Amino acid sequence: MHIVNARVVETKALSKNILLKKFHSPEIARNVAPGRFVNVKVSEFGDPLLRRPFSVCDADGDEFYLMFDVTGKGTRILAGKQNDETIDVLGPLGNGFTLEGDYETALLVAGGLGAAPFPLLVKRLAGKRVLAFLGGRTRAAVPDYGIPNAVVASEDDSGDFRGTVVDLLRERANELDASTTKIFACGPNAMLKALQTFCRDEGFACEASLECAMACGFGVCQGCPVEVKSTPDRYALVCKDGPAFDLHDVTLP
Amino acid sequence: MTPDLSVHIAGLKLRNPILLASGTVGYGFEISEHVDLNKLGGVVAKSISLKPRKGNPPPRVTETPSGMINAIGLANVGVDEFVEKKIPFLKKFDCALVANIAASTIEEYEELARTLDGVEEIDAIEVNVSCPNVKDGGLSFGNDADAVGNVTRRTRKATSKPLIVKLSPNVPNVAAFAKRVKDEGGDAVTAINTLVGTAFNIHTSKPKIANVVGGLSGPAIKPVALAKVLEISRSVDIPIFGVGGIMSWEDVAEFMIVGASAVQIGTANFVNPNIGETALEGLRDYCVNRGLERLSDVTASYKI
Repeated sequence: MHIVNARVVETKALSKNILLKKFHSPEIARNVAPGRFVNVKVSEFGDPLLRRPFSVCDADGDEFYLMFDVTGKGTRILAGKQNDETIDVLGPLGNGFTLEGDYETALLVAGGLGAAPFPLLVKRLAGKRVLAFLGGRTRAAVPDYGIPNAVVASEDDSGDFRGTVVDLLRERANELDASTTKIFACGPNAMLKALQTFCRDEGFACEASLECAMACGFGVCQGCPVEVKSTPDRYALVCKDGPAFDLHDVTLP
Repeated sequence: MTPDLSVHIAGLKLRNPILLASGTVGYGFEISEHVDLNKLGGVVAKSISLKPRKGNPPPRVTETPSGMINAIGLANVGVDEFVEKKIPFLKKFDCALVANIAASTIEEYEELARTLDGVEEIDAIEVNVSCPNVKDGGLSFGNDADAVGNVTRRTRKATSKPLIVKLSPNVPNVAAFAKRVKDEGGDAVTAINTLVGTAFNIHTSKPKIANVVGGLSGPAIKPVALAKVLEISRSVDIPIFGVGGIMSWEDVAEFMIVGASAVQIGTANFVNPNIGETALEGLRDYCVNRGLERLSDVTASYKI
């Protein structure tokens, strides 16, 4: 975990509001693993004050990628960073997904920008069969960068399936073998809650990367607690103990 | 000429006036990856209670203009684990180690002070009577001058270590509280803890933190903190640790000018975890540029 100055190399619009930004930083690109994140200080002038956490989307040699949608002041400033400008990045942080295991199929499940950590995950899952179910309001709201053959569930008719991504899972459950499949998930808590019920009902193993408001990103502010069944006396921290957790072990707020 | 940055406060001789504030650096472990604690004046550990505390449910933090609100709820490992597992790490560093205690009864404060009095590695005890985020204590003491006086008297009897009382800003007359601390044998005060604040989501009408209200910190509260430090400095003869929104060496100097003998850096550690160290360079240059042999000469040098 270091603070580095990462240089903007390229910015690509994946849809109207979703950007993919590529940064040069060997320290981060070479040390990141799927599901780990960085905490980005978007402004050197203290406005906004806190860093913004982003899953690392992809890494390639000395470069890493962040995928984000422009929703507020922080992401607007980040979006405006031009090539060769540098930003102050703390990372890589947290514990990513556990790739080891004797599962044959990796099933990736995301809601909206929850797909952000998946491109690197897909790369590192070599040797496994990879399926991806992505959900969002519309197909355009679901970035499928770096995720081949993704099946898209949308609230309208623009996707491959109309409904939530967990509805899609239930629909396709008979095509999946829970005993040889591991689900990797990332998305809003409401989606993860529905997924938790599905995985419990159908007997799927699932590791999920959680989203949570946080200040520091490295365990000192204690701002991002999550209730974990295996340690009921104390909260785990999303930033330091996660963000990837066994979905069966967490109690989502 | 290399300026002398050392300061004396509350019986402590510190290498320089910069400490890291309680609740913003845990028990030193994670922050020590970013900042060389040996270069700092000291570290104030996360508030410790007699028994471990789980803290409040999420969400616990939210950003606000130039600041943040937190309601962690004094999540901590409890005094036994603190002494057994956290002190051995912290004692490796050559800077002052200040333990911070929080409790819901006077007897608990007393017992914590007595327990920590026997721990050689601890250089001073800071009493948190001003946490706004727990129902059963903290601020209920901090907003009552008699209660602060009683806590100070009883903890004073329980320890011979330097005793510091961290004051609440959520009172109209902070100097009166500092006076009580002095009269009951406290060696110094820390000013200020966080200000009570809240924030709501306008789309859901729900509070942005589960505890509804929390403690506002960051640069937003710096002017309030400076005013409280000045108020104490002008009317009570007690050393002050100034804290509240320090983001730079300039802020350190400003707190010292209004009366602080030393400072604590808090929220800034979340953003710039090496701020404690980088601020020192600025302070050195500041002394040179102002022709000061000792940084401590700046304390209470206000011209009003």
